[in-house]
Parts: sequence; structure tokens; C-alpha cells
Amino acid sequence: MSNLLTIKGLKIEGRSDETWNPIINGVDLTLKKGEVLGLIGESGAGKSTIGLAAMGYTRDGVRISEGTVEFDGIDLVKASAAVKRGLLGKRIAYVAQSAAASFNPAHKLMDQHTEGPVQHGVDSRAASTEDGIELYRKLRLPNPDQIGFRYPHQVSGGQLQRAMTAMAMSCRPDLIIFDEPTTALDVTTQIEVLASIREIVEEFDTAAIYITHDLAVVAQMADNIKVLLRGDEVEEADTRTMLSDPKEDYTKSLWAVREFQRPAKPAVPEGSVPVVSVRGITAAYGKTDVLHDVSFDIHAGRTVAVVGESGSGKSTAARCITGLLPPRMGEIAFDGEVLPADYRKRTKDQLRQAQMIYQMADTALNPRKTIGQIIGRPVQFYGGLTGAKRRKRVNELLDQIELEPSQYYNRLPSELSGGQKQRIGIARALAAEPKFIICDEVTSALDQLVAEGILRLLADLQDNLGLSYMFITHDLATVKSIADEVVVMKEGKVIEQGEKTDMFTPPHHAYTDLLLSSVPEMDPDWLTNLLEERGVDNIGDAAVDKM
Amino acid sequence: MRSILKIVLQRLGLGLVTLFVVSIVIFVAVNSLPGDFAEAILGQGATPESVATIRRDLGLDQPLVVRYFDWLKGMLTFDLGTSFAQLNFANFGGAGSVTVAEQIAPRLSNTMFLATVTACIAVPLAVFLGILAALYRNTAFDKAANMFTLSSISSPEFFMAYVLILFLAVLNPVFPSLSNIFEGMPFGERLEKSMLPALTLTLVVTAHMMRMTRAAIINLLASPYIEMARLKGLSPMRVIVKHALPNALAPIINVVALNLAYLITGVVVVEVVFVYPGIGQLFVDSVKIRDIPVVQACCLIFAAAYILLNLTADILSIVSNPRLRHPK
Repeated sequence: MSNLLTIKGLKIEGRSDETWNPIINGVDLTLKKGEVLGLIGESGAGKSTIGLAAMGYTRDGVRISEGTVEFDGIDLVKASAAVKRGLLGKRIAYVAQSAAASFNPAHKLMDQHTEGPVQHGVDSRAASTEDGIELYRKLRLPNPDQIGFRYPHQVSGGQLQRAMTAMAMSCRPDLIIFDEPTTALDVTTQIEVLASIREIVEEFDTAAIYITHDLAVVAQMADNIKVLLRGDEVEEADTRTMLSDPKEDYTKSLWAVREFQRPAKPAVPEGSVPVVSVRGITAAYGKTDVLHDVSFDIHAGRTVAVVGESGSGKSTAARCITGLLPPRMGEIAFDGEVLPADYRKRTKDQLRQAQMIYQMADTALNPRKTIGQIIGRPVQFYGGLTGAKRRKRVNELLDQIELEPSQYYNRLPSELSGGQKQRIGIARALAAEPKFIICDEVTSALDQLVAEGILRLLADLQDNLGLSYMFITHDLATVKSIADEVVVMKEGKVIEQGEKTDMFTPPHHAYTDLLLSSVPEMDPDWLTNLLEERGVDNIGDAAVDKM
Repeated sequence: MRSILKIVLQRLGLGLVTLFVVSIVIFVAVNSLPGDFAEAILGQGATPESVATIRRDLGLDQPLVVRYFDWLKGMLTFDLGTSFAQLNFANFGGAGSVTVAEQIAPRLSNTMFLATVTACIAVPLAVFLGILAALYRNTAFDKAANMFTLSSISSPEFFMAYVLILFLAVLNPVFPSLSNIFEGMPFGERLEKSMLPALTLTLVVTAHMMRMTRAAIINLLASPYIEMARLKGLSPMRVIVKHALPNALAPIINVVALNLAYLITGVVVVEVVFVYPGIGQLFVDSVKIRDIPVVQACCLIFAAAYILLNLTADILSIVSNPRLRHPK
């Protein structure tokens, strides 16, 4: 059988500072009809660039410098804009990472759905509308008859992602590029979208390129997997071989990330006073309560992971502890001493005790200050050190986060990688010499290998300095590797809490069970088995709603 | 829908508050102008007694606060007062006196007519050119359109007016160079006579609106939904008109409103060049002879026009946002 898509010797360049720098250094790729290829790699590997190039499209400031992209006998690199427009949407379709951003906010879903078929002359508007409703039904969207007549902002993220898959299907294309379609979703929602995508791709025998950084996800979706590293192919094999027997060291290291696990710590001695005690707090934004009677303790030298989907109140709880959002009821105690609810009423020493590390290191560091200034500021503010003493302390902190002081002291945040920026965020928190650090999704913006480095660093710091962590995350793999205790939150309430070992062994609360079982596993049969187990109409959000 | 109504009412309330504050500013500013109507009109014969008599007749000897509230009361009942300049001193306030309203009404309607004609030409032209410039950005067309509109906005208005007179009235007599329109003139003739001032003003206001349309559209071209529209294989024109423009409306509407306000309040020079009997000329003349009631009324009308147009722009921008039109 001939190939639907053949990419040969593809080289792509990106423009920066007036010169063209290579992004992709000669990648080959073939795809047969009905086949699904997984493209996997860390950010900067060039996955999305290849995905778009497979459509003959490059973003502004990017160009294809060499190679051919042959789709059904047509070279998309050389084809005119008009020829490509005739193919795009009609025979090759795209599903973007963020459906919320990729649907036009000014038009109803159905108008955007029918636009492709009508403009390409494939179908009339009425027929395409009917087909859209049918696709929505197939993708198990709620109210398939009406949901298309809403605006994007009136529909949830997971539903939008499925509506976008339906839109890609509207002309029954031969090839769909899925660009990280579930990365922005919660685990329970992700399952639903994955199942829908897989079903519909199989039903219409559509070929697909599935781009993701999540191995477990790609294992469910792809027939073959291609691993990329900085614009080069590392290796390609069929999914089962790739998972069980990766050849290259880089692939093996990607696979190994999931195995990092801290040894269990001894139990907390009876009667010891927790470092942080959250006692029955209820908090509100405006008039709506978003936290309801939340209580948990964090003991010295231990990590408490707070888990839940977006909107479950994890970050709000952190804001209450730091005093940024005074709770309406309840109290926060440090070492048994009740703190003023508002941070403005706390003493400098009380403020020093609790520090924060943020999700987006990019936006949490002042881009105009050097690393020395960023870390030096809390050193001076809390420790009162100036001049050479301040410099010496900053150097010690840089040593602690494993960055060479002489190299990094005078750099600006823009001159660091994502992982290094996050390390600076950690050093800044350590500069106050706190007992307790809140880590708010600190690894979710990072690639797996880098994230693992950060987790190991946090674990070492905890062993050496006896820190306590409140670890906010939605990623249960992270919880497994670093937490001692787990607090599961849903809709502003604590659903379950306890030792990690207890949490990960059944029986759990039904919601915890749903969360745990929704985390994709590296087994290619995982999704199939799970769907059989849960039943088609009882997955993801549908299951949450039934609780 | 309810939330939009609430926002509109809020803005309307704020607009009224602004108008009230502006009325104070106008009153204080106009009354602290140097010189005095009585002295200005009596000229050489200004004896202290005659000045005092006129001031007393006109109520100018009252304290500022009292005069302000008298004036405000008049405004609220749509009584704009009596024009000083047209006073019949023998029969004060009676027959022969011309009210401010009588003086302003025909001038204001002329100005509105000119503004409307200009807007009907300029707004579609600017938006259309802006769309084309965005579509063919960085091409020769884009640069030429930018250069032409920028140079027309940078040249003085009277210069553009004389250039148009030269080409469209003297060398090729298409339109009359004098726009002396009067009440009761048939619409067609009126339109023809207003054409040159309208074209001059078009040249003045098009640049802003065109450049904002272009910038607002280009600003959106990097959005994921525009990329999606392109990847659906839509034509570049459709991507811009159907996908970018609806989301770029708010800034465009605001610039259009500002320029419309300018057309009502700031066209004195063009009126003078074409001898067009608009409100701008009346305003300047009244300042010259210290005809305080007319100056104040004009100022208040200008302020109201600004506030009303901005209010309309705000409301339209809100309505153009589907999040507000269709709440969750």
C-alpha cells in the first residue's frame, strides 16, 4: 500500500536576531492510510513544527529550507498557496492544543464547524450541520443537538477539545494532526477526549500524527512512535517494541523518569506539634465560598501533597496560609501559634517562616533583575545581610540549587532555561530560611526529565534542611514520587486525606479512585481495559457528575 | 442581556456625572476669561456707571455661584438663555431679543449635516482601506496607503482644503468652492455644496481610523484561532473579515467615535475656508465678543457630543463581545 504522507530530509529554520538557525535537522517520516504515528519529545524538540510542516504550513519567522513533504503525490513545500488551501481543512485537518484559544470567540461552534465543508464545497450548510450534530453525538458530547449553537466560552475545555476533533472531522479528511490535544486537561477529562479521538479515528480510518510529551498518552493512541530530540530523530518503532525495548539511551532516560520514588519516612511521633496547621478554614472570593471547612496538618520534614482538578481550591488554600486571602472562618497556626489572618498583620519573622515557589518560573522572576539581585533581595530583607556577606550567602544558595555561582550570579532570567529558572525560584524561597515552603504546581510547566531533577533537588533540600512542603499538584505521578501524605480536594472540600501508602492502596474514596485510575499508564492496553471496566458512558466527567 | 442593560445604565449615569462636572469647569473657565462683555460692547464710552448698569441688567453683578445655578437651571429646562450680542437693550428680554437656542439651532444642524456626510464617506473608506492594508501588509499597497493617509493628516487642514479647491473647483469645476448653505435649500444642492468641506475632513480623519483598523486586525493575526482558520484552508480575505475583524471591533469603534466627535467640535478652520455656516464659526465669534451665554452653550453641546459618542462606542464595544452578549 502506498504512503499517504512521506516526509524526506525535512530541514526547518527559525529566524532569530537576523539569522536563520536550524530547528529541524533532516527528519524522515512516512504514514500510511489509517495509521497513527506518535511524535514524542521534550519542548524544543520540534514536534509541533514537524506537525505543521506536514500540512505545508510554517509559523511566522520559520521556513522549510530543505526536503519534501509529499501528501498523496503533491509536494506541499513547492505547492502554491491556492493548492494548499484546497487541501487544508478538506483532506488534512488540525486539532490544536488549546481548543479554548483555537475556537474563534466571536462565532458559534456550529458556524465554525460548517465553515470548512461549505467553503470547500464538500457539503451544504444544512447537511454539514446535521453531520456536526451526529459527530457530537459520536464524541459523546452532552446535548449534541444544542451544544453546537453555543459560543466557545459557554462550553467547558474538555468539551471544546472534542468539538474541535469533530470540526477536524467535518470534511472527513485523510489525515489529522493532533497537537498535544489533552495536555491542558485534567486527568478525568483527558480520558474522555482520548477515548473519543481514538474511536472516531478508527471508525473513519483516518491517518493521524499524534504529538505529545506524555508517553503514557501516546502509548494509548499510536501504532508507531517516533522520538525526537532537539530537531533530530532519536528512533522510531512500533508502540509495543518502543515501550518494552527502547534502543537509545535518551529514550530509556525518558522512560525512567517515572520510576523516581522517595523512600517512605518514619511516621510522625504521637503528640508532636505540626509546623503548619490549617483549622477549619472557609474562604470566599466575593460572596461565593470556594473553600469549605478545610483542615489539614503538615509536620516537620514532611511533604503533604494537595491533589485535585483545576478549580478544586488547592491554590486558594495556599493563599489562605500565606495570608494573601484571609479566610472567612477558621484559623492558620504555625508551630501551634495562631497567625493573624491577613499577611499585613504578620511579623517579619512569621512571614519568613512560609515561602512560596510558583508554577510559572517565567513570570515569577523579575526579568530586569539579575539572579544575584533576585536572590539577594530576600537575603537582605529577612537576614539583614549586606555587601560581601550578602554576596557570600547568595553564593551558598546557588551552590545548594546546584548552579555554579560565578557563572550565574550576573545573568538575567531570560538567559536561563525553564528548569534553571525554577531552581532560582527555589533559591529565592530558601533565602528566607523558612521552615515551610508551598510548591504550587512547580513541575507542571517543565519537561519530564527536568521536572525529575527539580523533584530530586527538593527532596535533597528537605533531607538536609528539614523543610516541610505543601505540594500542590494535579499530577498523581508527582505525588507518588515525592509525597508523604496526601490531601484530596474536590469543589473546595477535602474528600480524603492520609498517608501516601494508604492512599495508593484500596479501598479509597470513590473520587480518589477515579482520579487514580484515570492516570494513563505505560501499558498500550490500559485505555482499552479501563473503558471496558468503566463502561463507555461512565468515563471522565460523566463519572464525576454521577458522584 | 440583563447584565448589558446594567452596564449601559451605569455608563449613562457616569456620563451624566461627567457632564455635570464639565458644566462647572466650563462655567468657571468662561467666566474667568479676561475682559467683560459690558466693557467690550461699550468700548470708548465705557463709563463706570454705564458698565455697572449693563452688568446689573445682565445679572453679571451676582456672585458666581448664584449665576452658575441660574444657568444650570436654565440648561435643565432647555432654556439656553438670551444671547448678549443680539440683546435689544431698550426692551430687555422682550421682543427683538434672540435666544441662544435660536442662534445655535441652525448652525448645529448644519454641522451635524456636514459631520454625517463626512462620516458616511470616511468610516467605510477607512475600515475598507484598513482591511486591505492588513491583508496586504508590508506590500507596496500597504505602504502607499499608510503614506497617503499620514501625509494628509500631517498637513494643515486649510492646506488640504485649498488643494481640493484647486483641483476640484478651479481646474476641474466639479464642486462649488463656497459652501454658503441656507435653510430650506434642497437636499441635493446642499449635498453638492457640502462636498468639498466633507472631502477635506475625510482626508483629515481617515488616517486614524484606517491605521487603527489595520493595527487591531494585525494584532490578532498571531492568535491560535487565526492559525486555525488558516489551517482550515480559508482564503486570506475570509480569515481577516470573518475571523479577525469581529474580534477587532472594540478598538476600531472607539477610534471612529473619537473622530466623529472631532467632526462635530473641531472643524472651525474648514468652516472658515469654505464659509460654511457651522457651529464652530459661531463659537469663535462669540468668544471674540464675550457673548458668554452662547460660548457656554456651545461648550456644553461639545462636551455632551463627546460624552454621548464615547458612551455609544463603549456600549457598541460591549455588545460586540459575545461573552457579554451571551453569558454562560
